[in-house]
Order: sequence, then C-alpha cells, then structure tokens
Amino acid sequence: MSNPQIEIQLIAAIVAMACAIPGVFLVLRKMALISDAISHSILPGIVIGFFITQDLNSPLLILLAALTGVITVILVEYIQKTGLVKEDTAIGLVFPALFSIGVILIAKNANDVHLDVDAVLLGELAFAPFDRLMLSGMDMGPKSLWVMGVILLTIITLLILFFKELKVSTFDAGLSSAMGISPVVIHYGLMSISSITVVGAFDAVGAILVVALMIAPAATAYLLTNDLKKMIALSMFFGVLSAISGYWLANLLDASISGSIATTLGLLFLIVYLFAPSKGLISVLYRQKQQRIEVSLITFLLHLNRHEQEEERHVNHLQEHINWQKVRANTVLDLAEKNNLIHINNDVVTLTEKGLVFTEKSLEYIMSNKDEKIDSMKDDFFLFRG
Amino acid sequence: MEITEYFSLLWNDYTLRTITLGTAVLGAICGMLGSFAVLRKESLLGDAISHAALPGIAIAFLITGTKDSSILLLGALISGLIGTLWIRGITSKTHLKSDTALGLILSIFFGFGMLLLTFIQKQPNANQAGLDKYLFGQAATLVESDVRLMVIVTGISLFVMLLFWKEFKMLLFDADYTKTIGFNTKFIDVLITFLIVLAIVLGLQTVGVVLMSAILLAPAAAARQWTNSLSKMVVLAAIFGAFSGVLGTAISASQDNLSTGPVIVLVAGVFVLFSFIFSPGRGLLFREIKFRKNRNDLELMKTLQFMYSIAQDHENISHPHAIRILNNFHGFTKSSLKKLENEGWVAIDGQEWAMTEKGFLRAEEIYNQPIGNE
Repeated sequence: MSNPQIEIQLIAAIVAMACAIPGVFLVLRKMALISDAISHSILPGIVIGFFITQDLNSPLLILLAALTGVITVILVEYIQKTGLVKEDTAIGLVFPALFSIGVILIAKNANDVHLDVDAVLLGELAFAPFDRLMLSGMDMGPKSLWVMGVILLTIITLLILFFKELKVSTFDAGLSSAMGISPVVIHYGLMSISSITVVGAFDAVGAILVVALMIAPAATAYLLTNDLKKMIALSMFFGVLSAISGYWLANLLDASISGSIATTLGLLFLIVYLFAPSKGLISVLYRQKQQRIEVSLITFLLHLNRHEQEEERHVNHLQEHINWQKVRANTVLDLAEKNNLIHINNDVVTLTEKGLVFTEKSLEYIMSNKDEKIDSMKDDFFLFRG
Repeated sequence: MEITEYFSLLWNDYTLRTITLGTAVLGAICGMLGSFAVLRKESLLGDAISHAALPGIAIAFLITGTKDSSILLLGALISGLIGTLWIRGITSKTHLKSDTALGLILSIFFGFGMLLLTFIQKQPNANQAGLDKYLFGQAATLVESDVRLMVIVTGISLFVMLLFWKEFKMLLFDADYTKTIGFNTKFIDVLITFLIVLAIVLGLQTVGVVLMSAILLAPAAAARQWTNSLSKMVVLAAIFGAFSGVLGTAISASQDNLSTGPVIVLVAGVFVLFSFIFSPGRGLLFREIKFRKNRNDLELMKTLQFMYSIAQDHENISHPHAIRILNNFHGFTKSSLKKLENEGWVAIDGQEWAMTEKGFLRAEEIYNQPIGNE
C-alpha cells in the first residue's frame, strides 16, 4: 500500500465514523430524509462560500454551508407549520429548489470557479491526498483529513457530554421537557452538527452519498440491536468496514470510490436485512408462518370443541368445513396429533384431555383478550415449535 | 438568444418545437400523477424512485451497448420498480420507518448507479459518453421518437386514470372503506404507484435523476392551494406542470450553460411560492388579511358591547354620553367609532355619542347568536 492509499482509507474511515453518529439519531428520530435535504441544499452555501474563500476546505466555507443546512431545516419546518402542504412535501419542495439555485450558480460561473457539479454529487476521494495542509513549510498531511478529524472529535465530545440529553429527547420528548432538557435546543443542535458533518464530508464523498453514509450504517445496526450504545458502535463499525472494503472494490473496478462505498453499504444492509436474527426478513417471514399455523391450530381445536357428532369431526369433513387447503390442514392435524392434543380414531378426530385444557385456555384468552392469559400459554406454544 | 426570440423561433424551428412539446407533455403528466403522490403523502417516494432508476440506465447500457433512450428508460423503469418494492418490503417487514427506507434506497441505488457510470466511463468504448446527462437532464437531447414515447405513455396513463378514476379517488381518501366494499385495493395501489414510477422514468432524460421529484411535487403542491376538488387539482397541476416545462425550457435555451432540470424546478418553485402566498382561501396573504379583519371586527364589537352596557343603565337608550368615557381598553379608536356610525349603530354629535335602536338590538344579539353558523 502506498502512502496516498493509506491516507484515502483513513479519510474514508473518519468520514464514515463522523457520519454514522448523527445518522443514528436521525434514523431514530424518523428524520432520515432531513439528511437528504441538507446534503442537497448546502450546495448554494458551498458555492457562495467558495466565491468568498476560494478554498473548499476553509472553515468559513464549512460554517457558511452548514448555515444553509440549518436554514433548510427551518424553512421546511416553517412550511409545515403553515399547514399548506404535508410535511414530506415540504421537504420535497425546499431542497430541489435550493439545489437548483446551486447548480445554476455553478453553471453561470463555470469559467472562474474551479468547482463542477459532478464533483459536488460524487466528490473525489482519490484527489483528497493531493490537497495538503502546509504549516510553515511543513507537510502536515491532507487537509480534508484534518477537517474531518476535527469534526469527528467534536462530534464524539458532544456525544459523550450530551449522551443522556440526546437519548431522552430522542425517545421521549415529553419527558425530556419535563426534566428541563429542551427538545428544541437538542433538535437544532443535532441539525447543526448534521449540517457541519455533511458539508465536511461532501468534499470527500459527494452530496448524495453522504446520505448513504449517514442512513445505511444506522439502519443496518438498528436491525441488529435495540440498545442505543450498541447501535452507535455497530453503525460506526459498519461505516468503517464499508469505507475500507468499498475503497478496495473501487480499486479493483477502477471506478468511483464513493459509489463503491455506497454499494458495499447497500450489500451489507441487504445481508443484514435478509438474515438478521430476529428482525431480518427471513426470520420475520418464518415467524409469521409459525403464527399463522398457531392461529389455525387454535381455530381447529375450538372447532372440535364445538362439535359433538362424529360426522362433524371426520377428517375429510373438517377439511371442507374450515375451508383450508389440503397442505395446511395436514400440517395442523399433524401438529395437533404430535402434541397429543387430539387422537384420531377411524378418521374421526377427538380432543384429548390435554387438548381440552388447552382449548379452554385459548377460549379464556379470546373472551377476555388479556395478554396475561396468553403468556401462560406461550410455554405450550414452544412445544409445537420444537 | 433572448426569450422573445425563442418564442418567435418556436413556430419555425423543428428542434425547438420538439423539445418544447416534450417538456410540456412531461410537465403535464408529472403534474397529473404528482397530485396523487402528494395526496397519498408519498411525496418523497418520487425522489427515491428517480435516484433508484440510475443503476437501471447503466445496466441497460452495459447489456445492450446502445444509447437508445427507450431501452435505457426500460432499464430505469425496472430498477425504479425494484427500488419501490424494496422500500415497501423494508417498511412492511421490519421496524425501520419509511423515511429511513426511502433515504436508504435512494442513496444506495444512486451510489451503485454512480459506481456503474464511472465503471462504464473507463471502458474502451467510444459509445459511452453522454450517459451522465441523466443526472441533470438535457432537454436539448430530446428527439422526435422520445417525444412520441412521452405522448403515448401520457395518453395511456390518462386513459388508465380516467378508467379507474373512481377507484383511485376512493382509495386516496378512504382506503379502509374501499377495501370493505370489495375493491382490490392492492391492485389499485400498485397501479397508481406504477403510473407514478412511469412518469418519473419518463422525465429522467429531460430533468435528470436528482431533481425529478420536484417536477412531480411542485405543480401538485401549487394546484392543491387553489382547490379542494381532486379533478380540478389534477387538471390545474397538469397546466402548472406544462407551463413550468415550457418556461423552463425557454429560459434554459436562451442562456448558455444551463441544464434544463434546475431551471424547470425553479420555475415550478415560483408557481408554488405564488400559490402559497396568493391563493384565495388558503394562501398566506389571504389568511393574514382575514386574521386582521377578524381582529378589527372583534374590537368593533367590544366597543359596541361597552356602549351597550352603559346604555342599559339609562331609561332612554339613546341618551348621549361623552366620547371621553370610551378608551382603548374597550377597543375604541377614532376609526372604529366612525365605522359604528356608518353601520348606523351609534349617532355621533360633537364630543358625544348616543346609541341607536338598531345598535342596541345588535349588541343584545351578540351573545345570542347560534353557534357555528359561520
């Protein structure tokens, strides 16, 4: 690995970590799309800031552009408050307008501004090591490494200082106001931090892919844990993992680094989405199937309980009567027999002692509709699954 | 080129006519279908879909090697639909909320698309240039076959919309009721979503991936301010959309270096801003005027009520009193007194006022009005 390669990976990893932390809170606060809005609407701020400073990494530019991000949030909230349109429409109206202004500003000044739209959308991580910070003739490393490093340190410091406040206001705004922690202050604090992160990161990964680095790791982590601390740690880990592996994928394909980081983030999410232990697609579908069978079983037992005559309890008749498909009827019948809830004699189904008790319990649950009734039955349910 | 020159050229110049017709049709279909997206609270779905369409364009190019826009748009349609389905899958099967799902799919698909685009650019194939016009759109690249495709798709969606008008409308406003009376809501839902995806994909060439959602939303959001009727809203949104398309194209054609997409978005944004402020009934300006008027009316009634309480203490209700005894606290101003006189509720005589019969009755009625006759 050459020196620039290490530096690129370092920058990518730092950007990923810096994005992951605000991302977690945005996802938890159901404000993920605000990051999309901010990442687009900072463009005019960046362009105007660039006219003034002529340097993409200048702190003044970052502050100016971050201010545009906060203004976007305020504008969106103002439009929502007028009640003229629904909230998501408000987001959808504000950021394309601001982004368009940015694009037009760039286009009209294309000759004297060293900034083009592709770079804004994509960023170019590969060039980051060439823009170096020189302090009295000494080479201190790439500028963006310093910028993002400072942003990351600030974020981590603020996270540790205000962890309790963030947690309370995210999960229970009412409680947090009652405790004297203003949700409004925390809200705008988070928005400012997100804006600063987006602006700092946009140079490296581009305006739209910042969104991927903010949302995807947090969403992936959220499928794996319900613990806030673990979620933050996991999303930072996922962010860094995809940043590094994305870099090597880009190296292999000779394609855009930020694009391939987003792609690895997507693959990572896809894997977790499918295979996460309790919240993944496969386990959700499996659980739903189990529950369907359990409900069918209860329906079936109740039906047996209601009918005394032998012809009503004949196997073939039951299939018609409850109107299930054959496979499902067989599954339920097998399950009930295996658990000694019924016994079948000459194709006539009868409830056993255990089946009767179970049916009574289910009836009680259905009539009272109270959760504690079904809690005692849960143990029985596990029997079926085994 | 000046804008006036553009419009004079419009009638003779074949290319300009094609492009203008294209953007007008595009604006109309987007406004039309965007109304449904806005009312279904799925405004940002359009944003996600348009970004999700990008990898489809790149893959279609990688497979076929042509730049024929209808094939590329077919790819975009497929990948847009995959994105939509995945969003639905995430929101219905996991506890992630729709905003997370939208942002996730949007950014990941877009990133994947950019990966493919940069990959294609490095290929030794002279044919590949120009795919990036799908990022911001370039109306100038529209040719007659593209416009014909747009017109056909618009015609089909218009036909489907009219055919299922009743169902669409019912699903929009009361999904549960629609289901109970036996309509297949899933099918109607998929149909609307499909049409919206179709409209988005159609606009990618002209407006581009990044800003497509605004063309869908803005005309509809503007139209919403002027009417409460769905049919009027759809027609109005189509008109707004078409005008944004034409004006945007005109402006961007008359200037150097301007992509069509951002200009159309800004023109549509002006429509929205105008509607927000000036629409009668909902607009901010009208609301402010109404607010002030109500406040003035209230002050007026307060003065009248105070006069009434004084007049009650006298046998003759029209006994004159000094104006001095009224004060600001009771909503009294010179102009409000003048107004009361104009209404014929009081009579002014120099520095004194006297209540009239009519004014007395009016004041008596203030508290006896039936509630809710507004």
